[in-house]
Amino acid sequence: MMPVLLWTDGLIFLLVAGLAGFVFVVRRHEHLAAPWRRVAGDPVGMAAAVLLLCFTGIAVLDSLHFRPALPAGPGGDKLGGEIQYAPEVKSLLDRALAPLIEHQEKSYSAPFASRLFIREAITLADGRTVRDFPRLQYGGAALADPDAGRAGDILVRAAAGLAGGLAVWLLLAWALRRPLRRSAARGTILYTLLAVCLIVGALAALAPHYHVFGTDKVGQDVLYATLKSIRTGVLIGALTTLITLPLAIGLGVSAGYFGGRVDDVVQYLYTTLNAIPGVLLIAAAVLMMQTQLETHPDWFETGAERADLRLLFLCMILGMTNWTGLARLLRGETLKVRELDYVVAARAFGVSNTRILLRHILPNVQHIVLISVVMDFSGLVLAEAVLSYVGVGVDPGMMSFGNMINGARLELAREPVVWWQLVAAFAFMFVLVLSANLFADSVRDALDPRSRGRS
Amino acid sequence: MTAYLLRRLLYAVPILIGVNLLTFALFFLVNTPDDMARLHLGVKRVTPEAVVKWKAERGYDKPLLVNAGAAGLAKVSDTIFFEKSLAMFAFEFGASDDGRDIAEAIRTRMWPSLAIALPTFVIGLLVNITVALILLFFRRTYVEWTGVVALVAMMSVSGLFYIIGGQFLFAKVWQLAPISGYQDGINAARFVWLPILIGVVGGIGAGARWYRTLFLEEAGKDYVRTARAKGLTETRVLFRHILKNGMVPILTGAVAVFPLLFMGSLIMESFFGIPGLGSYTIDAINAQDFAIVRAMVFLGAVLYIAGLILTDVSYTLVDPRVRLQ
Repeated sequence: MMPVLLWTDGLIFLLVAGLAGFVFVVRRHEHLAAPWRRVAGDPVGMAAAVLLLCFTGIAVLDSLHFRPALPAGPGGDKLGGEIQYAPEVKSLLDRALAPLIEHQEKSYSAPFASRLFIREAITLADGRTVRDFPRLQYGGAALADPDAGRAGDILVRAAAGLAGGLAVWLLLAWALRRPLRRSAARGTILYTLLAVCLIVGALAALAPHYHVFGTDKVGQDVLYATLKSIRTGVLIGALTTLITLPLAIGLGVSAGYFGGRVDDVVQYLYTTLNAIPGVLLIAAAVLMMQTQLETHPDWFETGAERADLRLLFLCMILGMTNWTGLARLLRGETLKVRELDYVVAARAFGVSNTRILLRHILPNVQHIVLISVVMDFSGLVLAEAVLSYVGVGVDPGMMSFGNMINGARLELAREPVVWWQLVAAFAFMFVLVLSANLFADSVRDALDPRSRGRS
Repeated sequence: MTAYLLRRLLYAVPILIGVNLLTFALFFLVNTPDDMARLHLGVKRVTPEAVVKWKAERGYDKPLLVNAGAAGLAKVSDTIFFEKSLAMFAFEFGASDDGRDIAEAIRTRMWPSLAIALPTFVIGLLVNITVALILLFFRRTYVEWTGVVALVAMMSVSGLFYIIGGQFLFAKVWQLAPISGYQDGINAARFVWLPILIGVVGGIGAGARWYRTLFLEEAGKDYVRTARAKGLTETRVLFRHILKNGMVPILTGAVAVFPLLFMGSLIMESFFGIPGLGSYTIDAINAQDFAIVRAMVFLGAVLYIAGLILTDVSYTLVDPRVRLQ
């Protein structure tokens, strides 16, 4: 197994490390920790946080990439003694979901189906040919009589899965009993965990034997596609902010602090960028990036690297168009903070500008940065879907909610309707965005001094 | 007032120049016309002659910034920058890849876009304000709590699902509206009501929530307490005091986006086959027709700046405390 580090993987690990560092610093400073304790006491916010953590977990699992070693050739020779690696890049999530990848059917099949969704000519044992729904190769393959025993089999497996989930939850609850002892949101956290455990348990028990969300046009399991889409969504939301932050903080704060020429230039920059309608600017930039990628095939070796590079560029483009809002907010706040007594005093003492910015200004505008980071996340996940529909989103070969919707939108026009792919994308995306929104609200209420004391 | 307007208009010029330079850089410097030609003709197996021909057909065969071969003024005017980028200030957008005049297309496609965007905007504004006021009226009750949760849930649904779901239910299952298409004149109503309905419903989540925050901020102010202390009824406080003052940011915000309505809605128009500017842009993006995308970027910037100026003016009209010098 040869580990592969794609660009976005590196950045997402950097982000996780940064987050861990942030938590470490916050825990050591009471004044920083106080608002977060309010978030921790908010049941709705914490339930959302649990869900977000689950999504992030899947995204991180899906970011640990490697190229599996190929089995040795016949006779055990290893081509010059070296291990050969498969050309395609896999992730740990792919490894865990291996049965879902392998269980490729011929075409559409409904959720939990044991037969294909479309009729095909089947040659019977006695040589006659009839048009009927053929059995699926993997969905409900263990059943002797697919039509009679299916419901019972599903129920038994689901019950086993639910029981397993319950057991895991009990273990988790026992393990978490100390950290959660004094939390006001303990009940909600545990209930959310219970729901997650039960769903994951049932899915884990059923997925190897049935296509829980059906299969798509080429027979691929929809559950697998949805799970893979999570990484794309989370990545776009997280990486874009990572790229936005240095620009927005640097330009916004210096515009507010230094004023004069610097302020003029920064204001001009963001007014100009704002003047161009967002989607169009992104579309223009993505079109240009596409041409660049077309004309420079030497930048990437595999298709996965190409898709990854494109995703990275997309995040950069979104970041370039997204920093203006935060920069404007930071400029305004810095203008206010700059006139406060302690900053004036620091300046009178001859403290250098860099030090004033780092020690006095930044810590006092950080709540704005944090609020805007969590608020922007959900919007970016939604934007990905729209951009992919417009044709300027992630690589068409990459699994994402936008590509799923885009591929499935014509399925509703079919007769009979193929609905499961849209519903699966809708459900997962909705839960992801909803939890991001709820968490953002909770963070804003806790961190924004203006919203304190308001119902 | 006139002097102020003039100053604002002059202030818009450097921004438009910036937009112009940015689009020029994006479309001609990052990728040379040669790259574009190769992309259109297929990356592999392109003869140099085909590239030259493609460029000549579209007027991309000139030097980018300075034409050393020409004499006098033509040194600057006979270049791509002058003919393709600066010409946009005179609203001369040139021809699209299929040879049609872009300015002409914009003029005809503007109306279907407006037929959807304008009603969506006006009805949406009214609905959002009404929902926000209802939530405010039932403050600290279960109605408010449920309403706020519903709004967050509604804004967590991707706009694509509103369109796909709405089209499926109303047009396909219940057959209340044509699935797609458009006709001019009075017949347009048959085609536009469903996109408008979907647009309004899809916008409630974010819109009403935003207005609610504005109203809540207003409701926490001293004059509201005074009004209550005087013994005014809750309805009177709500409509005469909070609504009136809360309308200031709402109206000025609405004015800011008003000019952009001309641009239409990208996705809605392409789903419903409305021949407006939104679907025009989407088709251009899919066909990689850079001339159209460039024109729409510039047009969008002009409309955005028009919105900024209108906002400033409208502030003086609705808020007597604001005066322009």
